Amino acid sequence: MKTQKIGAWIAILFGASYFIIPLIATFEFSLRMRRGEYTFDAYRSVFSDVQFRESFSYSIVMAILTIVFGILLVVPTAYWVRLRLPQMRPVVEFITLMPLVIPAIVIVFGYLRLYNSSSFIPFTGSARGTDLLLMFSFMTLSLPYMYRSVDTAMRTIDVATLTEAAQSLGASWPTIMFKCIFPNVMSGVLSGAFITFAIVIGEFTMPSLLNRPAFGPYLQLIGANRAYEPPALAIIAFAITWASMALLQLVSRFSKSAPSKP
Amino acid sequence: MSFLELTGIQKSFGPVRVVHDFDMTIEKGEFVSFLGPSGCGKTTVLRMIAGFETPSGGTIKINGKNQESLKPNQRNIGMVFQAYALFPNMTVHDNVAFGLKIAGMDKAAVDARVKEMLGLIHLGHLADRFPYQMSGGQQQRVALARALAPKPQVLLLDEPLSALDAKIRVSLREEIRMIQQQLGITTVFVTHDQEEALSISDRIVVMNSGRADQIGSPFDIYNKPATRFVASFVGTLNLIEATVVDPASNRISIGDQGITLREPLGPVKAGDTVSLALRPEAGSIAEGAKGDTALTGQVVSTNFLGSVIRTRMKVGDPVISFDMFNAPGLSPPAVGDVVTLRFTASDLLIIRE
Repeated sequence: MKTQKIGAWIAILFGASYFIIPLIATFEFSLRMRRGEYTFDAYRSVFSDVQFRESFSYSIVMAILTIVFGILLVVPTAYWVRLRLPQMRPVVEFITLMPLVIPAIVIVFGYLRLYNSSSFIPFTGSARGTDLLLMFSFMTLSLPYMYRSVDTAMRTIDVATLTEAAQSLGASWPTIMFKCIFPNVMSGVLSGAFITFAIVIGEFTMPSLLNRPAFGPYLQLIGANRAYEPPALAIIAFAITWASMALLQLVSRFSKSAPSKP
Repeated sequence: MSFLELTGIQKSFGPVRVVHDFDMTIEKGEFVSFLGPSGCGKTTVLRMIAGFETPSGGTIKINGKNQESLKPNQRNIGMVFQAYALFPNMTVHDNVAFGLKIAGMDKAAVDARVKEMLGLIHLGHLADRFPYQMSGGQQQRVALARALAPKPQVLLLDEPLSALDAKIRVSLREEIRMIQQQLGITTVFVTHDQEEALSISDRIVVMNSGRADQIGSPFDIYNKPATRFVASFVGTLNLIEATVVDPASNRISIGDQGITLREPLGPVKAGDTVSLALRPEAGSIAEGAKGDTALTGQVVSTNFLGSVIRTRMKVGDPVISFDMFNAPGLSPPAVGDVVTLRFTASDLLIIRE
């Protein structure tokens, strides 16, 4: 029994070291900007870079917009499929999985063919239009995660009966959606939102090919031209992802205990 | 004009017709139960009244107003579901207040009405609790208060007691009946539990395969079942196949024992088979038991059921059950004993459908 436990611990440590050692090495390297001592100069350099601030702010705004529009698209869709079109669930699930099997570069080339400045809907004809197209592309990329999170949360409540109960009490569709359904799938919505946030912050292909100043292309640019700032940026990107995951954990725990707050 | 009128209601799901020409009128303040086995169409009729299903044919009128063009949220019908359907994100207070807020009542009026409703179900002290912090019985009482709060014109109860344990079911059904009488609200109650339906209804609709087999008071449904289905579904009943001996004098035979019925046999001839129904509690084997009719048979089994002892005796081919009230000094017959069951001939009902 004891030997088995030791064996399990060794396996865990071996697996963890596979991820942790390169991270420690990256972090250690990011601190060696000044010869002979460890400093946060690389981080200071990154944070003082105007381009970093601009690209990071741009990506955050895009992430927020993607989350808002993603929720507005996914929650009513998942709700309606569960309520009225359960036979369509496999089809919708298949569609939402498409971004996982079609590479981002293929999707973005498709967009450029369909929405270029000489097309019927010329999204790429202006900066704002391209921003809009980029947001839709982020929504597409996050669709598998957002849909699954929301759909799983909806599985935990009896959508049909709650809807009928609300209807019998005189509620309209918007009231049912925002007062009865939405608050009960909030944990799923937030899970999807944090995953979406992490995807948008790190995405390179879409903004690069659409030529927008996002954080992903900035990471690539710095990586190609500097020595110590790229590992610092990698650590920052990891920290953001971990913070998102930690928030996700907090939210799921919070949602389990939320009803007891009074 | 009745308060709730269902005329020629039909419902089909694809090629399958689940409700056939259902006609019924319900008076204001009446408590009517739809009783029947699973799949008989009782819930479908209820859902059509609520507006959750659209009838394939027929009309539904409440207080003279046609309901077809109204959406479920425009009908002012309260509904209680088997699964409680309380909003998990809201407290008891907020659940009960939900319909009132939608109706546009001001906060003070909402709070007063919620307090009144929670007082009615004796849960005023749990106003701040969330549904998951309450038992099933408490949740269903809150669901009842929530449905009643906006003063609906009709209350629909869709098997509201099915998910509860036996003791809570009995107390809650009595509470539902008491509240219904107190408020005088027209109520339709769907159940597959005959005891529930018999104990709290003004009238019962026994449904079978999408049709109303019999509509009547609990007393009539139990004592004068109109069809074989009603006879077999409501209560425990002996269904006895008898042979017509002399139609003119209503003489029949069960096994080799002759009986004269009070009820006319109708258009049958000697040698035909008729179905008779006899409740187990209608007869007695006690010495000096009253009754103008007797059947003698051999006891094949005795079952102790708590308050009663049910004995089965063989009379020729038919096996007839009868009940004896349990009492400390009672000695039930043993298997193999020959006993004589006495009853009144009018207790034997002829089942014609």
